[in-house]
Amino acid sequence: MGLKTPLHDVHVLQGAKIVDFGGWDMPLHYGSQIEEHHAVRRDAGMFDVSHMAIVDLHGARVREFLRFLLANDVARLKSLGRALYSCMLLPNGGVIDDLIVYYLSDTWYRLVVNAGTRNKDLAWIRAHAADFAVAVSERQDLAMIAVQGPNARHKAASLLSPPQQSAVLDLKTFFGAEFGSWFVARTGYTGEDGFEIMIPAADAADVWHRLHAQGVKPAGLGARDTLRLEAGMNLYGNDMDENHHPLESGLSWTVAFEPPSREFIGRSALDEARRAGGPELVGLILEDRGVLRSHQKVMAAAAVSGAPAGEVTSGTFSPTLNRSIALARVPFPANAAVQVDIRGKLHAARIVKPPFVRHGKALIEIH
Amino acid sequence: MTKVPADLQYTKSHEWVRQLQNGAAEVGITDHAQSALGDLVFVEVPDVGRTLRAGDACAVVESVKAASDVYSPVAGKVTASNAALASQPELLNQDPYGAGWLFRLDTGASSDAAGLMSAAAYANFLADESK
Repeated sequence: MGLKTPLHDVHVLQGAKIVDFGGWDMPLHYGSQIEEHHAVRRDAGMFDVSHMAIVDLHGARVREFLRFLLANDVARLKSLGRALYSCMLLPNGGVIDDLIVYYLSDTWYRLVVNAGTRNKDLAWIRAHAADFAVAVSERQDLAMIAVQGPNARHKAASLLSPPQQSAVLDLKTFFGAEFGSWFVARTGYTGEDGFEIMIPAADAADVWHRLHAQGVKPAGLGARDTLRLEAGMNLYGNDMDENHHPLESGLSWTVAFEPPSREFIGRSALDEARRAGGPELVGLILEDRGVLRSHQKVMAAAAVSGAPAGEVTSGTFSPTLNRSIALARVPFPANAAVQVDIRGKLHAARIVKPPFVRHGKALIEIH
Repeated sequence: MTKVPADLQYTKSHEWVRQLQNGAAEVGITDHAQSALGDLVFVEVPDVGRTLRAGDACAVVESVKAASDVYSPVAGKVTASNAALASQPELLNQDPYGAGWLFRLDTGASSDAAGLMSAAAYANFLADESK
């Protein structure tokens, strides 16, 4: 028996296949993972993401604290409500977690961190927050529903009052704001437009049913994984972890090296890694039939025996491209043609630049 | 409810066998197996002419989430494999005991059904497994 979100009973009633995910009982799918995937790409789907941890930080020095704690720089957040994606690093540069931080006031920031890393994240944050007199509170009173797809915003907005509707539809990408008891952010993990909605846990089932009545299709972790991989987004534990730093995890863009005067945890390790160079995370598309899976070996196309190999970190079948795609950490990112060892046989694959799919459209040419 | 047709025989690894005439047999995976795997996206079937022993890993079914080996329930020589699954792996989800068949074997004169379960025994096995 795992932990349960406030929507657990609703999932069971809607026919979800429930699986363990980081200690939580979560819906894998409600019948067909592929149909749920297409619903998000073509119309609107919703995911229960209440297992993720919402952490509020309050204090006069909260901005200074986050500029030290995170590899990205919250000084980039100029307007209220703006969100930023960042890694939280160990001193050696290993990734403790990836997260989103919202700037809600000069004394209040909100973090959303992964479910499976919740306890170690909170311990790490609290250990450092004390030095800055920042109060850390986990918002277990809130549930979170991600509504994603080209029609997601309008369907979700229809649940609000008319003046709130126009305001919520005016939210810019990567901004969040409060609408009554809702906190709505125009963010997501699918490569589609949409909202992530934080609501009081007691209201979650009602909101879920009202979204469903608007034609928003319930979608499980299975579709969430194929959607995020098509969108070229990393999954913590697969594509990044404490043994790999952001520069070899496709996340250089999330590290704010400027200004050089800013000291953040992991900075000196990353400065060194940047000078040294190393493997990179790339996208792969399989030219043959079959399915790429994590831990499969990736070789250069003309590799001789004993040549350095890379490894698939996340692989799946892309329902949009009708091909298998993957993220892989390879020592030869400039190679175009590679081979992947699938159950002892070598299959041709091509290195591409993610994302594979964005806003319903394939961005990778299929040969 | 998961379907368990009465006229087939079953394995603990969720394959089914349909005994045809003259020692021929047809093999697939059960309704329970396709449901547990979820949407299938890739199926690899054995080459015609390959000789299999009972228990040999001889086919692969991959869903979005995982790859799973299929073991031959009986010994024999592969006489046909289901080519339609290459372009339509979803047939296996839609019709696991019909259009989703995997391959056919010539088992020789004596089809050794030792170790296979009847439909009733397999249904009991599933009930025990889910406890």
